Amino acid sequence: MKKRKERIDRGIKVRSEDIFALSSWREMLYFAAPRVIPVAVFILLPLVLGDYWQRVYLSVAVFALLAISWDILSQSGMISLGQALFFGMGAYCSGVLNHYFGISPFLTIPIAAVVGGAICTVMLLPVLRLRGVYFSMVTLIIPLMLERVIEATKIFGGTEGLSGLDVLPSKWLEMYILVAAMIAALFGFRRMMTSDYGLVLTGIKDNDRSVMNAGINIYWFKIQALFIASAVGAFAGAMMTHVYRFVGMPVFALDYSILPIAAVMVGGPGSFAGAVLGAFILVPLSEALRALGGLRIVFYGVFLVVFVVGMPEGIFHFIARKYSQFERWAEVDK
Amino acid sequence: MLLGTIVYAIINSVILIMMSIGFNLTFGISGISNFAYGALYIFSAFSTYMLLQMVGLPYPVAALVSIVLTAAIGALMYRFILMRVRGQVLSEVIATFGIGLAILEFFRYLGFVGVEYALPVFIDDSFMIGEVYVDAQRLIIVASSVVLVGLLWLFVHYTSVGLAFRGIAQDERTALTFGMDSDWIATLSVSLGAALAAIAATVIIPLGTISVSQGYDVLINALAVSIIGGLGSTGGVIVASLVVGFAQRFTDTYIGSHWTMIVSLAAILLVLVIKPSGLYGKQKELEERI
Repeated sequence: MKKRKERIDRGIKVRSEDIFALSSWREMLYFAAPRVIPVAVFILLPLVLGDYWQRVYLSVAVFALLAISWDILSQSGMISLGQALFFGMGAYCSGVLNHYFGISPFLTIPIAAVVGGAICTVMLLPVLRLRGVYFSMVTLIIPLMLERVIEATKIFGGTEGLSGLDVLPSKWLEMYILVAAMIAALFGFRRMMTSDYGLVLTGIKDNDRSVMNAGINIYWFKIQALFIASAVGAFAGAMMTHVYRFVGMPVFALDYSILPIAAVMVGGPGSFAGAVLGAFILVPLSEALRALGGLRIVFYGVFLVVFVVGMPEGIFHFIARKYSQFERWAEVDK
Repeated sequence: MLLGTIVYAIINSVILIMMSIGFNLTFGISGISNFAYGALYIFSAFSTYMLLQMVGLPYPVAALVSIVLTAAIGALMYRFILMRVRGQVLSEVIATFGIGLAILEFFRYLGFVGVEYALPVFIDDSFMIGEVYVDAQRLIIVASSVVLVGLLWLFVHYTSVGLAFRGIAQDERTALTFGMDSDWIATLSVSLGAALAAIAATVIIPLGTISVSQGYDVLINALAVSIIGGLGSTGGVIVASLVVGFAQRFTDTYIGSHWTMIVSLAAILLVLVIKPSGLYGKQKELEERI
C-alpha cells in the first residue's frame, strides 16, 4: 500500500488569518506570538547579557543586517558574493568624514549609509545589464581589489587604517540603534516584499523578460533594490566603525561576505526572518568556536555546501511549516 | 628597458592565460562557474609539495599524480555536489564557493604558511633575449602554454569527446537528442578545468612560494580575465590576458607598481560598460544580456 505525506494548514492558522483573529485570545496569541516574542527577545536580551556577550550581540545585529541586505538582492535575482563591499564602503565613508572633517557620528552614520550605498550602486551599475553569474563575480572581485588599492596607494591611512574615531555617547545607545535598525529592517522589508513593489522585484528574479513585457523598466527597479541593499550594508559598516573607533583594510575582508551568505543559507532564504535567525545561530557559534581559529571559516564553507545541497529551504521555513501545518500519511488513490 | 618590459609583459599575459583557461573552459562547456578554482590550484601545488617532500616521489611523478588527483577531485565535486543543484545558478555559485573556501582555509589551518613551501624550478638556468635576462622556468611556462592551447584546440576539434563538449556548449537540448550525456560531459568539463588549474600550478608555482592567499588571487585573475574576454570564449581569454598582462606590466614600469590592481579593476568596469558580454562573448550574448 503506497502512502504519501499530506500537509494541511492547522485550523487555528486558517481562522487567525481572517477576521476571526479577534474572536479568542488563543487565536490572537497564535497569530501574534511569532512576531511579538522575537521582538521582545531582541529588546530584552542586552539587559541580561554580560559585557562580553553584549559585544557578540552587537555583531549578531550587524551580521543580521548584512544578511537581510543579501536577501533583498537575492530576492531580486542578484547573487552577491561581496557584502564586504557595502560594509566596507559604509565604514570608510563614516570613518573618513569623522577623521578628516570631524563630523559627529550622529551625522556620519546616516550620510555614510546613503553615500556609501550610492557609491556601491554606481560601481555595480555596469553589471546590471547582465544576468547570471556576472553579478556574483564582480561583487566578489571588487572588495578584494579595493583592499589592494588601499594597501598600495596608502589613501585613508593605508594599511594602518584610521583609528581613534569618535564614539557614540553611550554603549546602550549604539546597542539600541542597531537593534532598532535590525527590527525595522526585518519587518519593514518583509512588508516591502509582499507589496506590489516587492512583487516586481521577485518577478525580475523569476522572469525578467516578462516583467519587461509588462512595460516596467527593470533596470530602474534593479538599481533601486541594489541601492536599498547597499545602504543597509553601509549602515551596518558605519555603525561598526564608530563602535570599534577604527576603520581599516579588514572591513573589506572575506568574513563580511561569507558569514551573511552562510547565515541566510542556514536560516533560510526568501524570508528575512531566516537571515536574522541564521545570524543568531552562526555568530554566537563562531564565538564559541573561537578556540578553533582558522577552522571556523572551514566550517562556514562546509555549512554553505551542506545547506545548499541538503536543506535548501533552511531552518526558518522548516519551523514555519511545523508551526502552521500538520502532517499525516495518507493513502495514495488507486 | 622597453624590450624588457615587452618580454615580461608577454610572460605575464601567458601566466594569466594559464591561470584562467580552465575556469573559462568549464564555464563555456557546462555553464558551471567553478568558484573553487583557486582552491584547486593551491590544492594541486600543496599535494605536489607533500608527495615530493613527505612521500619522496621523483618530481615529474609527483606533479603528474597531483594533476590526476586534482582532476579526480573536480569530477567528484561535480558528481556528488554540483549535480544535485545543476541549473540553479545561486546554489552552484554558493556550493562551489563554499568548497573552495573550505579547502583553502583548511590548508591555512593546517599551518601551510611560510617561505619553505615552494616547488623547485624545472631547470635552473637563464637565457638572454636581446639584452633581457629570462630564466628557464618562465620560458617553460610560455612553451607549455602554447603546447597546451594547441592540444586543447586539437582536442575539441578532432576527438569525439571534444566535439561533444562543443555540442553541449552550443545547445544542450539538441546535444541530448544526439545521445550526448550532459551529466558526463559536465563531469568531464569540471574535471578538465581542475586539471588545467593543476597544470598551471605545476608550471607557475616554482616562480615563487605556495601561499593560501594565492588561491584567492588566482580566482580573481581568472574571473577578471574571463569577464573581460567574455565568459566561455577561449579566444577571448587569450586576447583579454594580453590586454590585461600588457596593461599591468606597463603601468608597473612607467607609472608605479601600486596602480596595477586599479588597472585591472578599471578594465573590468570599462568592458562591462562598453561591451557587457566581454570582448569575444558572442556565443552566450543572447542568453546573458537583458
